[in-house]
Amino acid sequence: MASEIKNKSKREPLLHIVKRDDMAWWAAWSIRILTILIITFIMCLISVKLTGYSLPVIFEKMFRKVFGMIELGRLKMFWAYLESVAILLCLSLALTPAFKMKFWNCGAEGQALMGGLAAMICMKDIGGKIPEWLLFVLMVVLSIVFGMVWGVLPAIFKAFFNTNETLFTLMMNYIAIQIVKYYLCFLPDGSNKINPETIKHGMFPGLGQNNYFVNIAVVAVLTIVMFIYLKYSKQGYEISVVGESQNTARYIGINVKKVIIRTMLISGALCGVAGLLLVAGADHAVDTNTIGGQGFTAIMMAWLGQFNPFIILFMVFVIKFIELGMVSVYTNLDVSFAEVIVAIIILCVVGCEFFIRYSVKFNHRKKEGTV
Amino acid sequence: MKKLLALALVAVMMLSVFAACGAKEESGLKVGFIFLHDENSTYDKNFIEAAKAACDAMGVEYVQKTQIPESAACYDAAVELIEVEGCELIFADSFGHEGFLMQAAKEYPAVQFCHATGTQAHTSGLDNFHNAFAHIYQGRYLAGVAAGMKLNEMIEAGEFTAEEAKMGYVGAFTFAEVISGYTSFYLGAKSVCPTVTMDVKFTGSWYDEQLEKEAALALIDGGCKLISQHADSMGAPTACENAGVPNVSYNGSTLSACPNTFIVSSRINWEPYFKYIIECVQNGTAIDTDWAGTIETESVVLTDVNTAAAAEGTVEKIAEVKAAIVAGEINVFDTANFTVGGETLTSYMADVDYDDAFTPDTEVIENGVFFESKFRSGPYFDLRIDGINLLDEKY
Repeated sequence: MASEIKNKSKREPLLHIVKRDDMAWWAAWSIRILTILIITFIMCLISVKLTGYSLPVIFEKMFRKVFGMIELGRLKMFWAYLESVAILLCLSLALTPAFKMKFWNCGAEGQALMGGLAAMICMKDIGGKIPEWLLFVLMVVLSIVFGMVWGVLPAIFKAFFNTNETLFTLMMNYIAIQIVKYYLCFLPDGSNKINPETIKHGMFPGLGQNNYFVNIAVVAVLTIVMFIYLKYSKQGYEISVVGESQNTARYIGINVKKVIIRTMLISGALCGVAGLLLVAGADHAVDTNTIGGQGFTAIMMAWLGQFNPFIILFMVFVIKFIELGMVSVYTNLDVSFAEVIVAIIILCVVGCEFFIRYSVKFNHRKKEGTV
Repeated sequence: MKKLLALALVAVMMLSVFAACGAKEESGLKVGFIFLHDENSTYDKNFIEAAKAACDAMGVEYVQKTQIPESAACYDAAVELIEVEGCELIFADSFGHEGFLMQAAKEYPAVQFCHATGTQAHTSGLDNFHNAFAHIYQGRYLAGVAAGMKLNEMIEAGEFTAEEAKMGYVGAFTFAEVISGYTSFYLGAKSVCPTVTMDVKFTGSWYDEQLEKEAALALIDGGCKLISQHADSMGAPTACENAGVPNVSYNGSTLSACPNTFIVSSRINWEPYFKYIIECVQNGTAIDTDWAGTIETESVVLTDVNTAAAAEGTVEKIAEVKAAIVAGEINVFDTANFTVGGETLTSYMADVDYDDAFTPDTEVIENGVFFESKFRSGPYFDLRIDGINLLDEKY
């Protein structure tokens, strides 16, 4: 008997993990922000080794990239930074309601691309034939509809046939890419590239030095609207109930199918808006690389921001800042390093959530037990 | 949350003040380069190496932006190069960069913008925006001569009859730059091997290793005895090496990867152009709106011939034909050398000036010669000549 207990105590691992819900918000946020700061600092140290710049030079390059323009009174670069934040934020906002509902929408890339394509068709093929105001209306409507269709198809199959939405939405991305490729085949010069100089209609206007005014303004409004929608509306509440437990939702009389489809309509529509902003507000062209993988980065951002639009905003600011900074540090070496570093940072921030949700307890061997 | 935000903002502000202290002092001319990819793409590598060499030789500062997509990111990169780095000369290397570069050129009239492969400088009305290309068809023609000699050698060795002499070509899109390239290659081969025909397959992508490999294999299966390509990956050369089929490459030597099948490669050497534009900016003289270097000015170059794979006497023959091109005795697109629909052309209107409908606007045949890269630097030869069979024209 005594030997059995001894064996058992020997087999016990060094530590065990306990779920916890009691961490104060300030403690949780200290962990997150410290993680970002520490890991960024470590990455800067690695960059010192890789690039040969000194640490202050690396910091200078990172900050100069984004904030350097403010001191000179030339804001163009800063607006470009805000625009890149706005697009990623818009995509993250689009994913938030779906993810909160535990509907894994991996199709932001395709939904946004379809929205962008719709805008492009309006600008290139309809522009000039109808009044400009009507063109803008048509662009907005068609972009939203295209994005919606791409988002709602997987939702309908999920709601009625319980198909796997992750695979479905992912596959829809490839279809969208091929459709854009097909559209570009029709260009008469055979270059398969849309020349932005030939686009004369449907471009969003800038404001002074800010070429991206509309994009930034629209996303700013969307952030607030999404926050209110999720937090204070009945539909927002339904989304969280369906996300927590579909059975509970059914029990309290929520039409789960309706909520899934409605939420994906919203998600797809917002992705469509992101595509519209990219095409009409910045690129004035579309190709298969227009979204450039941001639809996937947005998944991470929605998670890191814990489905709270304002926290997502903060996270996108930080990650975009580090990304642009690192690109500027590595510009003479290989900008792919910058992408690797950003990925490592995101991974570490995701990893730190583990220590916020669980506490690690060391199993101290009890002295009296061993006797 | 608010406190932490405030703290973060304070930290950011402190660091930006610190960053402001390290402002750089003024130096000589800075040239900013915008590249679509980086050295891993043969296309961009060709530009990057020439740019670095030219900047070193001219003693000016080199600044690069790699992996800049053909989107508003190109405009933003140009703005950053000008406002942050203080560049007075900007160069971009990809066709799709053109519109975004023109947008920047309108806003910064004091900065000179140069763009490779573009088509719009001469109609843009901007005097600080310039296009450049090279008479690369001359190099393709010479590479074609090497290919034709290899075919002749194989015919003499009894591997196949003269009527079976067929080449394969992997292209990206049915785009004038590609058409001009494969047609001149074919004409070069035909000049030494008159019975040759050619199949062309398009991949619909400038860089897709798998597709290019598959296209090359399909051409080999279809009876092609020799392959060449206009696409940026190693797909076609590798497929040829594995199948033991001779290959004429583009944009640089593939000798190290394909020691048994690589014959020769042609490429555009951008160094003369870079030196020229740097000199213009230094002296304050105007840069040509359209600049197209020739084989004479070393803008078009061939790699060393791989004597292990090439036919005997190839080196001498290339030197001889090159001298004839330089002397003006051979015109690559001499209308006597090709027919379209069985007829010799006496007149052709090409789409040289850019417009939305791509209407043909300029007579490009003079005295029996199709003048490529004369009325603008970017290629506009888009004729489907006899003897070349396009297997899929979907792109």
